[in-house]
Amino acid sequence: MKKISIILMCAGLLITGSCRKDSDFLEVPPKAVVDANVAFSDPNLVLSILGDLYNRYLDFSGLDNGWASFVDFSEAFPSENGSSYFVQRTGWGYGEWGTWDYTYIRELNLFIQRATASTALTDAEKNQFVAEGRFLRASYYFEMVKRMGGVPLITEPLDYDFSGNVAVLQKPRNKESEIYDFVISEAEAIKVLFNSGINDKSRASKGAALAMEARAALYAASIAKYGVTTPQVTLTGGEVGIPSSMATGYYTKALAAAQEIITGGGYSLYKQLPDLSDNYANLFLDKNSSESIFVEDFKANGGKTHGFTTNNQPFSISDEGLDAGRLNPSLNLVEAYEMLNNTYAPIATKTAGGDPIYYTDQLDAFAGRDARLAGTVLLPNGLFKGKRTEVFAGYQLADGSVIASGDATQTRDVPGLGTAIQVVGKDGIVNGGEYRTQTGFYVRKYLDPTVGSGRRGRGSDVNFIRYRYAEVLLNAAEASFELGDAATAAGYINQVRARAGFTTPLTVGQITFDRIVHERRVELVFEGHTLFDMKRWRLANVVWDGNQMTVADLVSNIGDARKRNTQPFGLWPYKYFNPGNPNSGKWIFKETKPASVTGANRFQLGNYYSQIGDGIISANPKIVRQPNQ
Amino acid sequence: MKIKFHYIIIALLFAATGCKKDNYDAPSVKLSGHLVYQGEQVNVEFNQVPFQLYQPGFGLSGPINGTFDQDGGYSVLTFAGNYKFTISANQGPFLWKEVSAGKRDTLAINLTGNQTVDIEVMPFYLVRQPVFTKAGTNVNATFNIAKIVTDANAKNIERVTLYVNKTQFVSGSGDYNIAQTSLDGAALGSLTGISMSVAVPTIVPTQNYVFARVGIKIAGVEDMVFSPVAKVTF
Repeated sequence: MKKISIILMCAGLLITGSCRKDSDFLEVPPKAVVDANVAFSDPNLVLSILGDLYNRYLDFSGLDNGWASFVDFSEAFPSENGSSYFVQRTGWGYGEWGTWDYTYIRELNLFIQRATASTALTDAEKNQFVAEGRFLRASYYFEMVKRMGGVPLITEPLDYDFSGNVAVLQKPRNKESEIYDFVISEAEAIKVLFNSGINDKSRASKGAALAMEARAALYAASIAKYGVTTPQVTLTGGEVGIPSSMATGYYTKALAAAQEIITGGGYSLYKQLPDLSDNYANLFLDKNSSESIFVEDFKANGGKTHGFTTNNQPFSISDEGLDAGRLNPSLNLVEAYEMLNNTYAPIATKTAGGDPIYYTDQLDAFAGRDARLAGTVLLPNGLFKGKRTEVFAGYQLADGSVIASGDATQTRDVPGLGTAIQVVGKDGIVNGGEYRTQTGFYVRKYLDPTVGSGRRGRGSDVNFIRYRYAEVLLNAAEASFELGDAATAAGYINQVRARAGFTTPLTVGQITFDRIVHERRVELVFEGHTLFDMKRWRLANVVWDGNQMTVADLVSNIGDARKRNTQPFGLWPYKYFNPGNPNSGKWIFKETKPASVTGANRFQLGNYYSQIGDGIISANPKIVRQPNQ
Repeated sequence: MKIKFHYIIIALLFAATGCKKDNYDAPSVKLSGHLVYQGEQVNVEFNQVPFQLYQPGFGLSGPINGTFDQDGGYSVLTFAGNYKFTISANQGPFLWKEVSAGKRDTLAINLTGNQTVDIEVMPFYLVRQPVFTKAGTNVNATFNIAKIVTDANAKNIERVTLYVNKTQFVSGSGDYNIAQTSLDGAALGSLTGISMSVAVPTIVPTQNYVFARVGIKIAGVEDMVFSPVAKVTF
């Protein structure tokens, strides 16, 4: 009997235990996925979603895009043999620089929709998050329109109803001007929504929105104005190309947005150090720089670092053995920096009679120039981390012969000086000597002097500045110049130039289109502007015309906006050895095209707007092809 | 040693089943031809003038892309079928028929076997009777220019350039020339009996011949039209 009651009890327990509803048993919420309602119930969770969206912000050149994102367009030479194609190719594929990330757009749209609908957030929090989401969405549309022209403008998350009919999801391309209008109107709409109490430059702010607006309006304006020089780069539906009648309107908007930052943004040009070159270099290193408006922030030992310093540090000062020296600024760029009396001059290497000029210190050849030169480029014998670089390509003897070797460790006999002498610098220059300079120059912009920043393990945490005040000033200068107000333009451009050491301001009559092109080049080089500036001025097919360059081309017409720039050159120092001659032991320089430079950049009309993939066009026949493709 | 036949049989079975075809046929039908104007070849720059070949009827559609050779030649190795041949807007130094503004006409090609299809185009200009001669270390060229398009679509000559290279690839791009000289279109005057001369620099390693041709850059057209490449021996 006892046994039976125990069995019955067990059976009873089993039966009542199985009385749970099937749905209770089967529907277990996944622990790895946070439901949208939960995610948008807490500002900290929303911020973490936003962090992911910020991380997917697209830059052309970026410190975490790798050093090679800075190297193209003959502004630099790649000293890594595996990347020689940059200087060996004769042009770019039509697909180059393309982007078509509608997944990102959809997730931004969902973010904006859900943040707006959230009931758990306060209005202030909601405004801030929605404004940031809309800023990122406008930024990405701006990035797309720069590269692809007009794209389908999707501002709501699209959903498929599984009906088999996808026609409602197939959107045609908007006009190029409509995308620019969207970026401008979004910036205008969100600028009042930001919480001014958040002082974090890696997050969007009113200043960032206005800076984006100014840049976008300026791009649209110059495409409208200069697009007439390349009538082939248009589509009849306006997907590519902006009517020239719209130029003035856009220039006015660009100027207004830039002036709003200038008058009330609270930003200023970075002026902290007495040495103007150090000051310019430091503006990219100082995380509290008053000049930066919107940045990509990094944190050493905190999981987000980059290898820019590792990849580009001088070879002999490297923290990481053979990892160094890849990005070598070209002589083309170096010669563009003016003398301090506002005139253009090539680096003097020969007297009028054709004799070499002898310099006691290598740096003397670059004296009296725009302070931004030494702030952007680490010149031969330049100082980094308390050490000087050693850059020379060999000994030149009295009879003109050159003694060089394949590496600093390979010694040679120099007659009269001794045997087993080191005949090339530890930091270069040897043709094909990768990781050492092959142009004579290293990059200084973004190069981190912090101890350990050159190690692969630690990495560098220098910021990448996406928008900064100097660019806003140059945008304002360009817009007012194009609107016919050269006096205002001079006022803005001279502020930037004064910070670079120019004591004589440019007069109103000296402000020309070429001056503006030049000023943007020297101020903003290696910041991702080169391609887009050349595209919007429709100068890309002029300066990158596929023809080879000679030294005579290189040293003439400096400052001309239409000057050919198809191949990077170097400036190679040699030590002159001629016992008894007063110049013995001094330095001479020779303009040299590195041996691996065999191609010449050729920008075809079909390169102005990147190709839209055949897969995209097949899936959505409403998308029209780019012109010339 | 005793031979284990069942192992051999198993091995043979594997080998035999492995003989099944596991791949598609490689494309084997060749379509080739030249750019021509009334039977006369139109010479263009190597690898710069693209064409597109579509095969409709297979769901997703994407073109087979190719480019013309220096002599205007092209060739495609593909499968038999119905194709449509077209050239994108603003490509090539010639006019291509448009069915409406911005809509490029296509040429239907029914490919059943190897086939030669010459592409008839209307070039803006042509170089006629080019003669290349040596004169000391110079290459001299004399030629006439024929203006083919004379209606509302006519365009002016921007410049005429004589290119010399040490290899057969001769044009303005990259290392496709070692010497060049240009005549401005406005300075041309008559379009017949034009002569140009360019000094040939020292070639290392030495070779006693060069290749030369003249090209016409037409205002507002990206691609140039050329004369045939000629070999000049010193």
